[in-house]
Amino acid sequence: MKKLLSISLLVAATVALPAADWLQFRGPNGNGIASETSAPTKLTEQSVAWKIALPGRGLSSAIVVDDRVFLTASSGVEQDRLHVICFSAKDGTKLWERQFWATGRTMTHQKTAGAAPTPCSDGHRLFCIFSSNDVVCLDLDGNVLWLRGLGRDYPNASNSLGMASSPVIVGDTLVCQVENDSESFAIGLAATTGANRWKLDRPKMANWTSPLVLSGTNTNASALVVLQSGKGLSAIEPRTGKEVWYYTDGAATIPSSTFAGGVFYAASKGITALRPSAGEPHPEQLWQSGQLSPATASPIVIGGKIFTLNAAGILSCADVKDGKRLWQLRLTGPFSGSPVAVGAHLYLVNEKGLVQAVNTAAPEGELASALDLKETMLATPSVANGAIYVRSDKTLWKLGGK
Amino acid sequence: MNRQFFLSMSLAFAAVSAQAVEVDLKPALMTLKKVGPEGRGNAEAAGAWQTISKADAQSIPVLLAAMDDANDLAVNWLRAAVDTIVDRELKAGGKLPTDALRAFLGGTRHHPRARRLAFELIARVEPVEADKLVPTFADDPSVELRRDAVQRLLDTADKTLAAEDKAGATKGFRAALNAARDEAQIKKAAAELRKLGQEVDLPRHFGFLMEWKIVGPFDNAKLVGFDAVYPPEKSVNLAIELDGKSGKVRWSDYATKDDYGTVDFNKPFGDHKGVTAYAYTEFNATGARPAELRLGCKNGWKIWFNGQLIFGRDEYHRGSRLDQYRFPIELKAGKNTILVKACQNEEVKDWTKEWQFQLRVCDATGTAILAKDRPAARASSATKTTAQK
Repeated sequence: MKKLLSISLLVAATVALPAADWLQFRGPNGNGIASETSAPTKLTEQSVAWKIALPGRGLSSAIVVDDRVFLTASSGVEQDRLHVICFSAKDGTKLWERQFWATGRTMTHQKTAGAAPTPCSDGHRLFCIFSSNDVVCLDLDGNVLWLRGLGRDYPNASNSLGMASSPVIVGDTLVCQVENDSESFAIGLAATTGANRWKLDRPKMANWTSPLVLSGTNTNASALVVLQSGKGLSAIEPRTGKEVWYYTDGAATIPSSTFAGGVFYAASKGITALRPSAGEPHPEQLWQSGQLSPATASPIVIGGKIFTLNAAGILSCADVKDGKRLWQLRLTGPFSGSPVAVGAHLYLVNEKGLVQAVNTAAPEGELASALDLKETMLATPSVANGAIYVRSDKTLWKLGGK
Repeated sequence: MNRQFFLSMSLAFAAVSAQAVEVDLKPALMTLKKVGPEGRGNAEAAGAWQTISKADAQSIPVLLAAMDDANDLAVNWLRAAVDTIVDRELKAGGKLPTDALRAFLGGTRHHPRARRLAFELIARVEPVEADKLVPTFADDPSVELRRDAVQRLLDTADKTLAAEDKAGATKGFRAALNAARDEAQIKKAAAELRKLGQEVDLPRHFGFLMEWKIVGPFDNAKLVGFDAVYPPEKSVNLAIELDGKSGKVRWSDYATKDDYGTVDFNKPFGDHKGVTAYAYTEFNATGARPAELRLGCKNGWKIWFNGQLIFGRDEYHRGSRLDQYRFPIELKAGKNTILVKACQNEEVKDWTKEWQFQLRVCDATGTAILAKDRPAARASSATKTTAQK
C-alpha cells in the first residue's frame, strides 16, 4: 500500500510529455530540452530507479536509444583505456562493454578525464569520441563499424588540459570539433566508414564547446551546424563543410550556445541573440546582454525565457525578446554540467552531486526539490522515457522513469 | 597419467587448433591489419571484423598474437573482437583457453597490451591463479603488468616497515624502486628510502639529461620565434657569439640539480616573456639501439635529434608532466646530438611564468638508457646540493 502510494505520488509529481530518445549531448536538438516523456519533480531517495558502478572516470553524458543506455568512460593510470558500455534502461544490467586503447595523447587536467565528450547516435549507430581524439563507431550491439585516431592522423591535434567537444551526427556526416592551440580543425566524417568528407582549419585556440545543429535555417532547408570558438561562430553545411554564415564578435570557449524559435542565443559577450536568415552571410543581432554571462554551463531556452548560470551558482532568467533579466535564483553550485529541461522544470547537477529541480513557472523561480547523490559530478544530465540519468566517475543513476 | 601429461596434451591440442584457426582467419586478419590513416581500410575491416568476431574462444590466442605486427588501430579492432568472443563464450557458459592464454602471457616478446589482455582474461575466470602470477611481472616489458608487481613489493615493504624492520624495509623499497617505471610508484619508493637515510639518484633512475649548453634569449614576440630559424637550428657552434633578442648572446654551461631533470631557463636568463632559447647536449651511447626521447614541456618547443627535426608543438601553458611526449629514435654508437628549443609566450599571468622542460632517454618500457660517460652516481638533491661533475 505504501509502495502504491509512493508510485501515485511520483506519478502526480511528474511532468508528462510524449516520449523520445536522447541521442546526443544536451538531447534531441542539442539545446537541453527533452521533447518527450515525464520526469520526477519531487526528487527523493525513492526517485532512484537504479544505480550501477562504472569503471574508471568520465564526465560524458549518457545517451539513450530505445531501451538501452550508452555511456563512455576512461581508465588506467594514463587514462588510456577507453570504454564504451551499454546498459539496459530497465534495470541497469550491463549488456555489453567494449574497450579500446587510446592512440592519441591522454594527458588532461586532473579535473577532467579521457571520457569527457558525450557520444551521439543516429538511432542505429553509436559515435564516441574521447579526449585522445579517438573516434569509435559501433552498432547498438557493440559490433565495430569503424575506428579513427584523429590524434594519430594529425599529431599536433591535442590539448594538454583535455578535449571535451561532443560530436553531432547530421544525415550521414559526423561533425567533430578538434580545436586546440596547435593543430586546430573541424572535421566531417562519413558515418558509414569514418573517412574524411571535409576538414576545416579552425582558430588556433583551446576550445571545449560543441557543434550545434540548426534545422530549417538554410536555403535548401537542410540543417546547418554552428561551430563556436573564441573568434565567433561559423555556420556550415555538414555534408561539405561550406560556410553559410558567420559571426566574428567572439564567443565563449567553454559553454556552448543554444538555438530556439529561429534565434541563435550565442554565448558571446554574455548572451547575444542572433537571427540567421537564408542567404544572408551575417545573422541579424537582436540584442546583447552582459548580465547573462554563462560560466561553464551552457544557456537554455524554455517558455520564452532564457536561463544562464554564473560562476556563483546563480540562475538568471531573462526574456528572450529583449534579454532583460526577469529574476535570479541562487542555487547550490558550482556547476560544470549544463541544465536540461522537461516542461517548465530545469534539472541541474552541481559538482558535489546535488541534483536540483527548479520550477521556472513560479514567479521568481523556485527550487522544487533536491537530491544529494554525494559524488563528484561534472556531467550534464540526460532525459529519456520519464527518467533522468546522471553520472559521476563511479556511478550511473537512473532517477524516475518506468 | 598425471596432470602434467594432460596439460602437455591439452597445450599440444591447443597449438594444433590454433594453427587451424590461424589459417581460417588469416585472410580476415590481413584485411584488418591494413587499416591506416584517415579511415583507410575501414570499410573492408568492418567485414573482416565480422568474420573474426564470430570465431570461437580457441581463436583468442591467435588474435592476441596478431597484435604483434599490427598498428595501433588494428590492435583496437582485434581487441574489440576478443571482447566480443569472450562475452559470447562466457554468456553461453563456455570456457576460455586459459592454458593457452598463460602460455601466451609467458611469451614476453608479444605485444605488451596483448599480454596484459591475456592476463586480464585469465583473471576474469581464474582470479586466484592470476593473482599468483603477479609477483613474476616485476621485470616485465609490459608496464601495466610490472606496475601490479611493483605494487606488491611496495605493499610488502610498507608492512615490513610497520613491523619496524628497517633493514628489511630498505631492501624492499630498493627492490620496488629498481623495478618501478611508474612515476607514482617511483616517488613512493624514493621517498621511503630517503626517510630511511638512503641515497636515491632519481635522475639516473629515470635517465634525465642533466647537463646542457644553453643560449638565448631570442625573439618570440607575437610568437614569431616558434617558426623563426635562429642560428642553432642551422648548425650548433658552441664557440661563436650570436645575435639575441637584446644583444649578443653566447652558449653557456647549465647543469640542473633537479630530481626530475628540469631545465629552467628563467634561472640563467631571468623571467623573460616573448622569448625563445636553445639547449644542446650530446649523448654518448654505448651502442646502436632503439630508444625513446621523452619530453615534458608546457611551452612551445621543437626538438632535433642528430640534426633532424623530430617534432615541434606550439601549445603554451596548458600543462606539463613526465613523459608528456614520446619519440622513438635510433641511437647510434658514440656521439648523438640533441637540441631543444623552448619558446615562452607574452602572457603575464602568474601561471604562465614557467619556461622549462625535462628530457630523458629510455627504452619503450621507460627503463633509463644511460650515456656511457654519465657519472656513476649522484647524491640525491634532498641530501646533497653540490652540482654533479
